[in-house]
Amino acid sequence: MLRIMCFLLAILASGITSADVSAVYGFASRSEEQRYQNLIAELRCPKCQNQNIADSNSPISKDMRNAVYQMMQEGASNDEIVESLVGRFGEFVKYKPDLDSRTFVLWATPAIAVLGGLLVVAGVVVRSRRAGTAAPALSADEQARIEKMLAEKNRNGKA
Amino acid sequence: MKRFLLFLPLLVAIIVGAFLFAGIGKDPTKLDSALVGKPVPVFSLKSLKQPEATLDESLFQGEVTLLNVWGTWCPACRDEHADLMWLAQERKVPIIGLNYKDNRDDALVWLDRLGDPYRTVIYDPKGTLGFDLGVYGAPETFVIDASGVVRYRHVGVVNVEVWEQILLPVITKARGNG
Amino acid sequence: MYPELGQLALILALILAVLLSVVPLVGSLTGRDSLQAFARPLTTGMFVFVGLAFVVLTHAFLTDDFSVAYVANNSNSMLPWYYKFSAVWGGHEGSLLLWILMLTGWTMAVAIFSRRLPAVMISQVLSVLGMVSVGFLLFIVVTSNPFDRLLPNVPADGADLNPLLQDFGLIVHPPMLYMGYVGFAVAFAFAIAALINGRLDAAWARWSRPWTTVAWAFLSIGIALGSWWAYYELGWGGWWFWDPVENASLLPWLSGTALMHSLAVTEKRGVFKSWTVLLAIVTFSLSLLGTFLVRSGVLTSVHAFASDPERGTFLLALLALTILASLMLYAFRAPVVHVRSRYGSLSREIFLLLNNVLLVAATLLVAVGTLYPLVLDFFELGKISIGEPFFNLTFSPLAVATGLLLGVGTFSRWKKTDAGWLARKLLWPLAVSVLLSTAVMIVYGGFKPWAFLGVFTAVWVTTATFWDLWDKSSSKKGRIHGLKRQSRSYYGMVLGHLGLALTMAGATVVSNYGIERDVRMVPGDVAEVGDYQFLFVDIGERRGRNFTAQYGTFEIMLDGKRIAELHPEKRQYAVGMSVMTEADIDAGLFRDIFVAVGERISDNAWAIRLQYKPLIRWLWLGALFMAAGGFLAISDRRYRIRERATENRASSAPSSPAQPGSQGAAGAVS
Repeated sequence: MLRIMCFLLAILASGITSADVSAVYGFASRSEEQRYQNLIAELRCPKCQNQNIADSNSPISKDMRNAVYQMMQEGASNDEIVESLVGRFGEFVKYKPDLDSRTFVLWATPAIAVLGGLLVVAGVVVRSRRAGTAAPALSADEQARIEKMLAEKNRNGKA
Repeated sequence: MKRFLLFLPLLVAIIVGAFLFAGIGKDPTKLDSALVGKPVPVFSLKSLKQPEATLDESLFQGEVTLLNVWGTWCPACRDEHADLMWLAQERKVPIIGLNYKDNRDDALVWLDRLGDPYRTVIYDPKGTLGFDLGVYGAPETFVIDASGVVRYRHVGVVNVEVWEQILLPVITKARGNG
Repeated sequence: MYPELGQLALILALILAVLLSVVPLVGSLTGRDSLQAFARPLTTGMFVFVGLAFVVLTHAFLTDDFSVAYVANNSNSMLPWYYKFSAVWGGHEGSLLLWILMLTGWTMAVAIFSRRLPAVMISQVLSVLGMVSVGFLLFIVVTSNPFDRLLPNVPADGADLNPLLQDFGLIVHPPMLYMGYVGFAVAFAFAIAALINGRLDAAWARWSRPWTTVAWAFLSIGIALGSWWAYYELGWGGWWFWDPVENASLLPWLSGTALMHSLAVTEKRGVFKSWTVLLAIVTFSLSLLGTFLVRSGVLTSVHAFASDPERGTFLLALLALTILASLMLYAFRAPVVHVRSRYGSLSREIFLLLNNVLLVAATLLVAVGTLYPLVLDFFELGKISIGEPFFNLTFSPLAVATGLLLGVGTFSRWKKTDAGWLARKLLWPLAVSVLLSTAVMIVYGGFKPWAFLGVFTAVWVTTATFWDLWDKSSSKKGRIHGLKRQSRSYYGMVLGHLGLALTMAGATVVSNYGIERDVRMVPGDVAEVGDYQFLFVDIGERRGRNFTAQYGTFEIMLDGKRIAELHPEKRQYAVGMSVMTEADIDAGLFRDIFVAVGERISDNAWAIRLQYKPLIRWLWLGALFMAAGGFLAISDRRYRIRERATENRASSAPSSPAQPGSQGAAGAVS
């Protein structure tokens, strides 16, 4: 129960009721500013209900944004910044999962699905060709029905 | 063969269902610490109780300790305080406190009123050590072994159940390895 | 007194649903017309009682009856009446009641609009829908009763509706979304009925199609409304986050699109029957999965309802029963088709099959991306996050491929398309698309590879669609006659595909050429975003009905000329003291200008978020086009033809491959 209360407090404090810009950083250029915006959009707030640190108002998100800015000023690359935060908070804070033996299936899903599908389609086309060459003959019954229908059509067709 | 293929969707659904079932009731906010197996980060901060004294990571050398992250602004920390007192006094567990993003005076009054389970308390008003430790909300409690390496991090209150089922086994193992 | 009546109504509805599940079904299997005759009356009764329960709950909200726990948790006396009304579905219990109201409503619609269906079919369809209703009514009555009371300590006032939900979006988004989600139950019911009675043919496809298309159209609107609402309400200018709950709504949409197209093939050519049935089952299963994900707490999301393991387990059991039973029925009863039809590798059938491959791949991708963290956690392999960066990399290629295929496939013909002929047809559209896409790149100032691909695909789809229309409407009696001769079904397709192009164009351009800036401003400052200048005039205060607000006044200028004045505000709500950011937007067909006020940095200075969003409205406009296309398509003549013949003829006619449509033109499309 207490845990729930603290959790609720955290939710309230995390400010998911709105996304606020709280501190504004100065950048040397527009592209640096854009780089910062991209970075904070790709990092996840560790305690919020699925928000990136750009849109979260929780104290930890503010700290993380600050850290990102500081590291950018020190000249760190994007990878270095992300790894530094992952080293503290775990890979949970990265919205782009690593490609490793655990996540191989994840990243390969579109390729596997499309290739599998193409194989099925190829199979369908091949089978259809084979089936098409051996068209089943009409039974005597079916033949009689067709002739009856054609006769009817010819009778009515002129009208 | 064809008929067998038609059973595949059923199989997939059963597997997915198993995963979903396993996920019910789990708390997605409890993250594992990224620092398990790594030493406590380098830091240099003042002690809460002795403002002139500076503490650093060598504080954790020599014995297995608990590092408890707390603040007077955190209601759950208030709730676990009695259990921490019990751990310190009855079980003689060495607990080091990390006063996270707090006010020195408020913290001292708190300890005065509620009791002090801590050997030492690190005063971290800006939360820099907390940040380096990957703290994202109080209370959190770390188990640190005698060579200053982080063994485990528990998110949430420490109570008797948590102590017996989670922390004690980790501490015993850490002590066993020296 | 009334809330108890509401509870009673739900229990009665449950009883009727149980009867509906059993009686007509038994009647259809044993050939007893007297039992089958119960289907429509039971449906009506079920719908009436659920409707009654809904009215009772609404009444409780509108009269501030805080003795009802759900009302006390989600409403407040100071709330404007229209938010009290929409607060009915603002929480878990009430939204479930909306869900079941929609389900019984759809069941009612099927009962009304199915006069010309064979009795056996309609009995089984309604019975299956009844079974689904039983599940949900049981869930509500046992675990999520909206009518629980707080007696004897009735609170003086309610806890208020979350301010984020006090918005027009709440009034429209959930109902539209649920209409879509739940609507797929009808296609599902038709599929199950076909598996039970073995009558899986082109006629079945023709009956299922309008229901599927309408559900799909509503879901399209629902998703678009959600995106639009998040955009203007949450204050960060985003329109899609790949959040688990958002993905949960996208899954049935992707699968439903595949189903719509697959039904087209089955209706016209009588092939792919097993696959279409499977898709119908899967699509509704994905709807159910979405319902589970949102309410079980298994995945973290801002949109999730409060989670409860007991409810989660019940819901999962319901899900498991429904889906596993359906898939087992499918495995045992689906026809193992012997392909008698022959189609070439460039036939329309194959193009639509490829369309399905891509859409199913997309569905799989979103499903795997959403559930993977759960799987890894299960194996204790760590807790990972999967978000926008991942989906942008993996989903975009599939979307582009689908669009490119669409353009080519538009010209394909049933059974066989000559490769050379097709290639020649594509040359002009290709050339036009390359030119137009390049022009767009120039207009927006810069070539970006992914942007070019996205824009090219959108232009390609548009060009191909209009080219085909031009082709098909050529007639000896003149263009107008040629245009009039095309069916509504065809125009529905045209609108639908144009809608897709619009959405793709909007998404591509806003993602690649949008600009976001967070700036520190004091009154008097001017900030620049792209070609626009923002003058921060001053900060004022105002009172709303249940909040006070500080609002900023901004003048927006384009190359020096004043084009708009915006008033973003920060609101503090009286109940709950929560603070909310309300952005102000200058909306335009070709761009939005977006301003939001952040925190006060110092006495005079504020953090302001400024955004330029080119073509963002096209995203939602495209969805509207798609929905309009769907509605137009189902108004086509062939769904409205009243069979003069009696039911006898309908049930004794042999199921034949689809007759050439009355539209005439060979290779006519939908």
